[in-house]
Amino acid sequence: MSDNILNVSRRGFLQGIVSTGALVLSVRMIPEVLWAAETSAGSHADRAVLRPSVFVGIDTDGTVYLVAHRSEMGTSSRTSVPLILADELDADWKRVKIEQAMGDPRYGSQDTDGSHSVRDGFTTMREAGATARLMLTQAAAQKWGVPVSECESDLHVIVHRPSKRKAGYGELASAAAKLPVPKKEDLQFKPKSAWRYIGKGTSSYDLVDLCTGKAGFGMDARLDGMVYASIEHPPVLGGKVKSYDEKAPLQVKGVKQTIPIKPFTPPHHFQPLGGVAVIADNSWAAFQGRKKLNVAWDNGANASYNSDQYKKELQDTARKPGKVVRNIGDVDTAFAKGGKVIAADYYVPLLAHATMEPPVALADYRDGKVTVWAPTQNPQAVQETVGEELGIPKENVTCHVTLLGGGFGRKSKPDYAAEAAILSKAVGKPVKVVWSREDDIKFGYYHAVAAMYMKALVDEKGKPTAWLQRSVFPPIGSTFALNTTYGDAGEMGLGWTDLPFDIPNHRAENGPAENHVRIGWFRSVANIYHAFAAQSFANELAHASGRDSVEYLLELIGPARIIDVKASAPDYDNYDGSPAEYPLDTARMRRVVELAAEKAGWGKRKMGKGSGMGIAVHRSFLTYVATVAEVEVDDKGEVKIPAVHTAVDAGTVVNPEATRAQFEGAAVFGTSIVRSGAITAKNGVIEQSNFHDYPVARMNEAPYKTSVYMVDSDAPPAGVGEPGVPPFAPAVCNAIFAATGKRIRELPLSKSSANT
Amino acid sequence: MMQIKVNDVARSFDGDPNLPLLWYLRDVLGLTGTKFGCGMALCGACTVHQDGKAIRSCVTSVSAAAGKEITTIEAISKNGLHVVQQKWIEYNVPQCGYCQSGQIMQAISLLKEKPRPSDEDIDGGMSGNICRCGTYQRIRAAIKAAAGEQA
Repeated sequence: MSDNILNVSRRGFLQGIVSTGALVLSVRMIPEVLWAAETSAGSHADRAVLRPSVFVGIDTDGTVYLVAHRSEMGTSSRTSVPLILADELDADWKRVKIEQAMGDPRYGSQDTDGSHSVRDGFTTMREAGATARLMLTQAAAQKWGVPVSECESDLHVIVHRPSKRKAGYGELASAAAKLPVPKKEDLQFKPKSAWRYIGKGTSSYDLVDLCTGKAGFGMDARLDGMVYASIEHPPVLGGKVKSYDEKAPLQVKGVKQTIPIKPFTPPHHFQPLGGVAVIADNSWAAFQGRKKLNVAWDNGANASYNSDQYKKELQDTARKPGKVVRNIGDVDTAFAKGGKVIAADYYVPLLAHATMEPPVALADYRDGKVTVWAPTQNPQAVQETVGEELGIPKENVTCHVTLLGGGFGRKSKPDYAAEAAILSKAVGKPVKVVWSREDDIKFGYYHAVAAMYMKALVDEKGKPTAWLQRSVFPPIGSTFALNTTYGDAGEMGLGWTDLPFDIPNHRAENGPAENHVRIGWFRSVANIYHAFAAQSFANELAHASGRDSVEYLLELIGPARIIDVKASAPDYDNYDGSPAEYPLDTARMRRVVELAAEKAGWGKRKMGKGSGMGIAVHRSFLTYVATVAEVEVDDKGEVKIPAVHTAVDAGTVVNPEATRAQFEGAAVFGTSIVRSGAITAKNGVIEQSNFHDYPVARMNEAPYKTSVYMVDSDAPPAGVGEPGVPPFAPAVCNAIFAATGKRIRELPLSKSSANT
Repeated sequence: MMQIKVNDVARSFDGDPNLPLLWYLRDVLGLTGTKFGCGMALCGACTVHQDGKAIRSCVTSVSAAAGKEITTIEAISKNGLHVVQQKWIEYNVPQCGYCQSGQIMQAISLLKEKPRPSDEDIDGGMSGNICRCGTYQRIRAAIKAAAGEQA
């Protein structure tokens, strides 16, 4: 195949679009901005003159290189985390260059999930910034022969206050580099009043590139002489290749060879699924070649998996006593006394991440070492997984992190990067593995399907005196260890053991469930089904007693207090946040409920026929979120969401603009969950394949306007990427009830009888 | 041998005539601003202009585009940034940004047809373009702002 330029207009030349070579394919296209700086010799930050920390380097020209050690998947981590350092350094953001870190343990954890990049980086980045600032200040004082205490920073310069002398950071870098790195205890952080960027925020560092097609995603990585691969995976988890046609795919123009990939050794962990790869000189030819493989499969035990049957099993399990994960008082004795009992079942199906950029990775294996370019949330996991798959030390795996076209937890699992590495070794060339959308939907690490059973005994005012909640789902632990059927403390702590309701007899349980597909983290994880059940049920109780939903919810939360969750749920991990720094504070939870209700005009606006408002509140990733959704339901049951009002207390907010965007986006992500998201299996094979049968919210279906209200807070920063999702579905379903009297207990609406 | 004009450059191509334009742009020409999302014209990430009108390059073969003028995100503006790109930047539209090349190409095409689009026009014009991050609210605002500036 060849492509030739017949003539080049002046415009083409001027814009530099066209290379001089006839074969543009042979040109190295990896953009300088993202990747070229990170050679194995280190980053610009490493090579800079003043380098007081792995996260910052300052050159004599005054350029400040900041290292983004977390991945950018749209949450603004790559901007917001370095921004903290820039603020503490008192650097001019216009003179900052951000470099994306390769996978390297010297940066600490690079795992970009759990909404904890800003939270983890807040102190680390300020320490690095304060260190550099102090060294520059000391160098200036030395230069002028004045006390350090008379000098201070002022946007990229150090000023000697009495004499008003000034010296730029670049000018001071060499002298500062000769000074010893100060001890942590000698550092002084700027007061909040002096923050330039924290709390004001800034646009994405990559904003212009993202709007001009120049940004480098994993899908865009290219190397000289690379080939493309597409893999026919076993249709059933754990399936094995019996036979396939090696020759037929070669009839497709551009296809070069086929390569079998060995099946994984259970548990699957991050191992490739196995199957047969087709290697070609473009992605599409590789896709076409797969159609001629004619693979015969040994599907294995998971071929008995049918979602309809499995759903019944989960629901049956949810009706039986499970493992107690939290206990307050004595639910059994309370129920035995009798009274008004209300019970309900809830159900949320398997969900697929459906990142707009499907899994993709480029690997180049040479002489026992491999370099990988991948859109990954966790480059160190890439190093470990690839190292294990190739039988080489992880230090021999270099992982460059590209921009991610969405992550949502899918790209925490580097099976696709391992595939690229295995194939590069087999082919002897750089290989880019490209997953099709069908591959993405059919071979995900799905959000767990879950059944919840809720039961409450209420007094004459409708307030619960006993509350039992039980959830059953195939746990994420099944990805890492065989025979794992119960959720771990982490999953149970995601909105189940930490439900902050003021009820004297309260028990949370978890029942067992086997996995038959890969289960993994998905934006806000178990909070989705836990919040759906708890917040829907709370609303059912409110209506059962004729009470106002907001007033009732506040009564359930009870008075302002700090809840010691561990007293009733000993395994509770509070998102690894210390209870001192991140207590479960019902005052903050009440405040977001009140704020969302006030902003929505709750109780003050007359809603028309078929319209209604619903509220839900949830704390996740240490952030408190209350959402009021407005819905309009037409005669055909079609649901529109004209407005969403979300109140957020995320502690100190580093980047308000990015935070607002995360909560707007969470409402759309939540809309997909409410309206249409459902993955199902028949005979172990996933039935959905692309956006026609796994629809996600489109513009005409998304909330028309999501308003985000942030509580001003001096509390330490908490998460913002995920916490908007959990309260969204119950808020919408509670609104649908208010509008129509129909209670949604099963998601999505398209599968729920209440939609008709 | 097929002849096709991409971003004002006339080219000839002797590969598989069924090759979708998307993969010709991305894998053969290295114009990676145009994205792969679904391969079935369901998501709009691959949107480019053919003779000035938005098309889905993932379901348009090179042979079908032969003789036509194709414009991609890399060349959408002759002078600096297109007003739609400017508004995308002003409104901080992108999150991950992967779909935004397609969104921008679709929006430019929409504004050509409907210089002052109503909400319904925007829904109609843009609902074929999926954004999984959920930037629709900002896309709508940016389109309205661009329409205001164009007028």
